[in-house]
Amino acid sequence: MSGGHSEYNPSNGFTKWLDARLPLPRFVYDSFIAYPVPRNLNGWYTFGAILAIMLIVQIITGVVLAMHYVASTAGAFNSVEFIMRDVNYGWLMRRLHANGASMFFFAVYIHIFRGMYYGSYKNPREVLWILGVLIFLLMMATAFMGYVLPWGQMSFWGATVITGFFSAIPLVGTTIQEWLLGGFAVGNPTLNRFFSLHYLLPFMIVGVVALHVWALHVTGQTNPTGVEVKNMKKETVPFTPYATIKDFLGLSLFFIVFAWFVFYLPDYMGHPDNYIRANSLKTPAHIVPEWYFLPFYAILRAITFNISIPFTDIVLINSKLGGVLAMVGSIAILFVLPWLDTSKVRSASYRPLYKQFFWVFVVVSVLLGWLGSKPADGGYVIAAQILTAYYFAHFLIILPWLGWYEKPKQVPPSIADAVLKKKSTAAQPAE
Amino acid sequence: MKPIFSKLTGLCVVVFLAMGVSGAFAAEEGETPHYPIKKPREASWSFAGPFGKWDLGQLQRGYKVYTEVCSACHSIDLIAFRNLSGLGYSEAQVKAIAAEYEVTDGPDEDGEMFERTAVPSDRIPGPFANDEAAKASNGGALPPDFSLLAKARGVERGFPLFVFDVFTMYAENGPDYINSLLTGYQEAPTHIEISEGTYYNPYYVAGPSLAMAPPLDDGSVTYDDGAPETLDQYSKDVSAFMMWAAEPFLVTRKSMGFKVMIYLLIFSLLLYLTKKKIFAGIKD
Repeated sequence: MSGGHSEYNPSNGFTKWLDARLPLPRFVYDSFIAYPVPRNLNGWYTFGAILAIMLIVQIITGVVLAMHYVASTAGAFNSVEFIMRDVNYGWLMRRLHANGASMFFFAVYIHIFRGMYYGSYKNPREVLWILGVLIFLLMMATAFMGYVLPWGQMSFWGATVITGFFSAIPLVGTTIQEWLLGGFAVGNPTLNRFFSLHYLLPFMIVGVVALHVWALHVTGQTNPTGVEVKNMKKETVPFTPYATIKDFLGLSLFFIVFAWFVFYLPDYMGHPDNYIRANSLKTPAHIVPEWYFLPFYAILRAITFNISIPFTDIVLINSKLGGVLAMVGSIAILFVLPWLDTSKVRSASYRPLYKQFFWVFVVVSVLLGWLGSKPADGGYVIAAQILTAYYFAHFLIILPWLGWYEKPKQVPPSIADAVLKKKSTAAQPAE
Repeated sequence: MKPIFSKLTGLCVVVFLAMGVSGAFAAEEGETPHYPIKKPREASWSFAGPFGKWDLGQLQRGYKVYTEVCSACHSIDLIAFRNLSGLGYSEAQVKAIAAEYEVTDGPDEDGEMFERTAVPSDRIPGPFANDEAAKASNGGALPPDFSLLAKARGVERGFPLFVFDVFTMYAENGPDYINSLLTGYQEAPTHIEISEGTYYNPYYVAGPSLAMAPPLDDGSVTYDDGAPETLDQYSKDVSAFMMWAAEPFLVTRKSMGFKVMIYLLIFSLLLYLTKKKIFAGIKD
């Protein structure tokens, strides 16, 4: 659906001259103006554009914040307060950046779930999906390191807990951990390298986003029917103005939610303890990560048992390593999702069983998030273990089995048929 | 083909599994008490809600309570005298307030540190030279700095309140906690044992009792604006002052938020109408 030939016609002498040397205007025209998109895209498809804009918002506010931030254990906390109190509009920049990270994850989760619902990862879009998972991983690393920078109590103890995962690796774990920290514990070298990497990774995200968009433009977008475009003329509309205006509307509505938090509830998604200066001698009562990491945190803490060779005392995987493996696995499994889902039908609209399991999966993910915020004791651990088992079963058992067991509904022969059918049923008077 | 189970039952099974199991065990662990014993009481604050404004009289009274009582033990490191103009004081008043303090400066050309009268650009000096001195004078407990305390304290709201809070814009966890704590001292119930030299307070977030003695009582500070000289009033005033100290741009933020919201709502409406018009042009 990439369109094949270009429809760009340079209109004046300069653009003709440039087109023969560096056809940048042609590239922009073909990608963002003439680029054909399915005519039946719904609102859930605007989150890609929303994410692109959020990335830009994060980079711009981040660059401004970096001009005033001091990356040292002695100065970091006060420099953030200096930004909040004395830098012109510094409070706004910081609120936008911190809440922007949350909104970025909120949008990316919707974007990922949308991809799962409409089967966007299926042949021929596997690489597009894998690049997306890679962006998600980079986002997680960036957000984690960014949260360390204000050097509050949660920054410090969160960093201590997360970098502690590396010590779970057999034999070389402690060496790797000390190499990452630049010392035996989280300290000044750690803060400095986290600042450096927090500034670097967003630009790596930009790079992978470019590949993600490139892959998207090669295969073309999916659409709610999951049927590929067959008739370009009847079934697609040009990106501008159709997709542009829709994306703008989605973005504007999204910004209302964003502004709601920035201006009225700026600390809602943060933790009060992070307004206390980092203190390596005082552990907070509960160390909790930011909300967007909570489901994975629950999976990490669900593994409370050692895995040993039956009838012996030989421990193969201790609970710490097991937890780390489960957490890494819960994200890594997304990379192979295109091959775990064996159904030939893309969209959940035509998969009655998958649709139910999809929503169960969404609820399980949200519940895991809730459990991640609770102390790891008693019933919370058992609930997290059940839900963790379900999380993996969804990918490893349910999806492969559904493709074989489920009888999908009749898939429309084309997008045009689906759109026309919808229109004619909508036009019928209600009984 | 018949679905194995309906969407709703599917969801219910999962939810009940999770809730049921965790609920059953939560009952069992009822023996380890969770703090605070009592949730903070919600007071009404002038700065709450989308149109929140500071009550400058209240902030000035709160600052008076701070300087006359709290500042004996608690510092407020991040606040400079010049910031006090945010409480409604004129430039001359700020200068006069600063002039009441002595600060250490230097070294001078002989390499000596010297004392001089404070100026508006100086930070408000704290009661102790360092944390160790503060601990030594307070039975080993460090009185926390006031600059950010109203944002650094907050009791978890729990489900479902935390969901409602998004819509009601509840963001006064800090001042509600401080206000509840200051007015919450009482006799310890007989079944609760508290350690020597601490004071029972069911609102305290980290245990049944804390090292700070009840700091305020009716009549401990004289107000010159006719406000009631009661513990409740002192407590509310100083809590509001602490919120200001922690978030001096709170009101600026909210009033800018209103303009942003109006802009985005109108912009969204225009975009919606434009989108409708553009899509009406698609021919089948």
